[in-house]
Amino acid sequence: MSEPAIRVENLGKKYRLRHQQEGLRYKTLREALTRAPQRWLARRSGAGSLPSASEDFWALRDVSFEIPQGQAVGIVGRNGAGKSTLLKLLSRITQPTTGRIDIEGRIASLLEVGTGFHPELTGRENIYLNGAILGMTRAEIKSRFDEIVAFSEVEKFLDTPVKHFSSGMYMRLAFAVAAHLEPEILIVDEVLAVGDMEFQKKCLGKMEDVSKGGRTVLFVSHNMDAILRLCSRAIHLSKGGVVEVGTAQSVVAQYLASHKAQPAKVVFPANPADQMSRRNLVLLSAEWPDSPAFPPWTIPFGEEISFFITFECHQPVHAAELGLALYAPTGTEIASTSSVATLPDIRLAPGIHGFQVTYRSFKLVPNHYNFSLGLKSNFGMEDYLSKSFSLDVIQSAQSSATKADTFLGYVVPEVHYVLV
Amino acid sequence: MTRTRLTIEAGKAEQHYWADLWRYRELFYFLSWRDLLVRYKQTVIGVLWAVLRPVLTTAVFVFVFGRLAKMPSEGVPYPVLVFAAMLPWQFFASALTEASGSLVANANMISKIYFPRLIIPASAIIVAFGDFLISLGILAVLMVCYHIVPTWHLLLLIPLTGVALLAAFGASLWLAALNVEYRDFRYVLPFIVQFGLYLSPVGFSSSIVPEKWRLLYSLNPMVGVIDGFRWAITGTESLIYWPGFGVSLLLMVLIALSGLWYFRKTERAFADVI
Repeated sequence: MSEPAIRVENLGKKYRLRHQQEGLRYKTLREALTRAPQRWLARRSGAGSLPSASEDFWALRDVSFEIPQGQAVGIVGRNGAGKSTLLKLLSRITQPTTGRIDIEGRIASLLEVGTGFHPELTGRENIYLNGAILGMTRAEIKSRFDEIVAFSEVEKFLDTPVKHFSSGMYMRLAFAVAAHLEPEILIVDEVLAVGDMEFQKKCLGKMEDVSKGGRTVLFVSHNMDAILRLCSRAIHLSKGGVVEVGTAQSVVAQYLASHKAQPAKVVFPANPADQMSRRNLVLLSAEWPDSPAFPPWTIPFGEEISFFITFECHQPVHAAELGLALYAPTGTEIASTSSVATLPDIRLAPGIHGFQVTYRSFKLVPNHYNFSLGLKSNFGMEDYLSKSFSLDVIQSAQSSATKADTFLGYVVPEVHYVLV
Repeated sequence: MTRTRLTIEAGKAEQHYWADLWRYRELFYFLSWRDLLVRYKQTVIGVLWAVLRPVLTTAVFVFVFGRLAKMPSEGVPYPVLVFAAMLPWQFFASALTEASGSLVANANMISKIYFPRLIIPASAIIVAFGDFLISLGILAVLMVCYHIVPTWHLLLLIPLTGVALLAAFGASLWLAALNVEYRDFRYVLPFIVQFGLYLSPVGFSSSIVPEKWRLLYSLNPMVGVIDGFRWAITGTESLIYWPGFGVSLLLMVLIALSGLWYFRKTERAFADVI
């Protein structure tokens, strides 16, 4: 069928932001009753209207796109870009302010697993209840019941109220029900961000099956790896609008690129939010050595990574130590090091000091990485900056020759293979 | 499989609302089943509570209105007179209480899943209906104790129960929706229930109301329902006042229709404000 599975035209959603009054989150009857006469009096005395207690905010504006049948499409964007709002509109939870959506086919949305689970009910009862909430009929649930139970691995506890379940069992059961939905269009929000690694893998595998099974999938995630693995195309949202629609690779690359523009010398903020009081050592900057070939903080695969960290010492200290942690774009910490391994007892006098940091024979797969760093002394933790500068590893002749470009991991260790 | 096509357009009400309501009937069934199951799961307390509440309230009313105030009872044993009224009143009051908080209690579902929101207060009423059925059992016991022989009028309990459901449904829609909109509305509810109990002829027969005021009195829709119940249970014709019953019924229909209108109007924004 040539008809697109989802067509969105000029979609917009406006929220009214209420200015927090007296710390109230909700509209109250008392407020409504007291404001009405005030407003009436103000109008009568010709003083114009009262200052508005609310303000409009467009969570989504003029969004248009089409999703062809049978494609898995990822939606990427920073927090607040409008991803969740878009999913809520597509799943009919809330109504658009402008525009229209046409959906061709049976649609199911999974904005959360385990919606409607009741702690007092047993596993068995919750499977039926949750299935019905997700839009399955009783006959459908019945026919898939055994599969659901097998997938969840909680057979033994089927007749136990879920309040006695461990959180892992609870999540497994909840996902098992959701995984056995069989709509033509599936909308999934970040449900994979829960559970242990083992379980996440299983979920991702199931999602892969779904998208390969020819169904249309719309998938929102902050996990770029998952988007690349599951989706062929992607949509980049920013500030409520569409920035780019294209292949998953290009959209993800462009999305990650939109995060940076980092100068050679990254001067750390003088007064970061998570500042600790009474510090003897304060981090000042990270500096990338000049290189004519590449932009700062950009390095081809396989080359030695080297930069400077500068800091200031206010009081004499000993046992000074610099720690660095490296993060994958998904936020996973992948490599941590400390100066204490090579310089066990550094004594410092007040003044400006620096470290030259060099990662030797450390091959990172082409990607966008972030660094966190911290300073310690004999007084304990002195300074810490979370993900304060980043590094781009780009493809090189070596990476394409060794296939490193296509690796799903982040680090390429030196491994000897011997055919015996 | 039949192809389904769905269009969501800004400012337009759901085109498939009533069809969806039918499509989601199983969800209604499951939610009612869940609420009933949870309510009676701790069997002893759940059922005991459903029995004790109307029985104790009836005992107090019989003592105060029957013994102390010596109100007339048209020849009907006072406990039966009171309990016959307690049946619809208790149902109405607990349906109102359950339903008005139901949307907020299920906020999580509302913000994560689409379904006609009407299902939630409706299934809350079903729970109150469970208690109502238990009370019917108590009534049977009471009728045996007081040697009341049921007449064909008893069959009228079926349509009258429908009327009670209508009253509870209409008022519940208003309260449930208002409760989402105004979070402090729940403080008003206990007053409504408390006042209602004394404004409605639960502890006394509505025949003590002077004739000229009776039509006015019937503006409280529960007057018609309670009179109807008493009439059906005892078969005493003098307990019902037909013009008043008509007014009550008309008002109930109006409340239900306006409740439906208000609910549908605010329903679209539930997920945004809840």
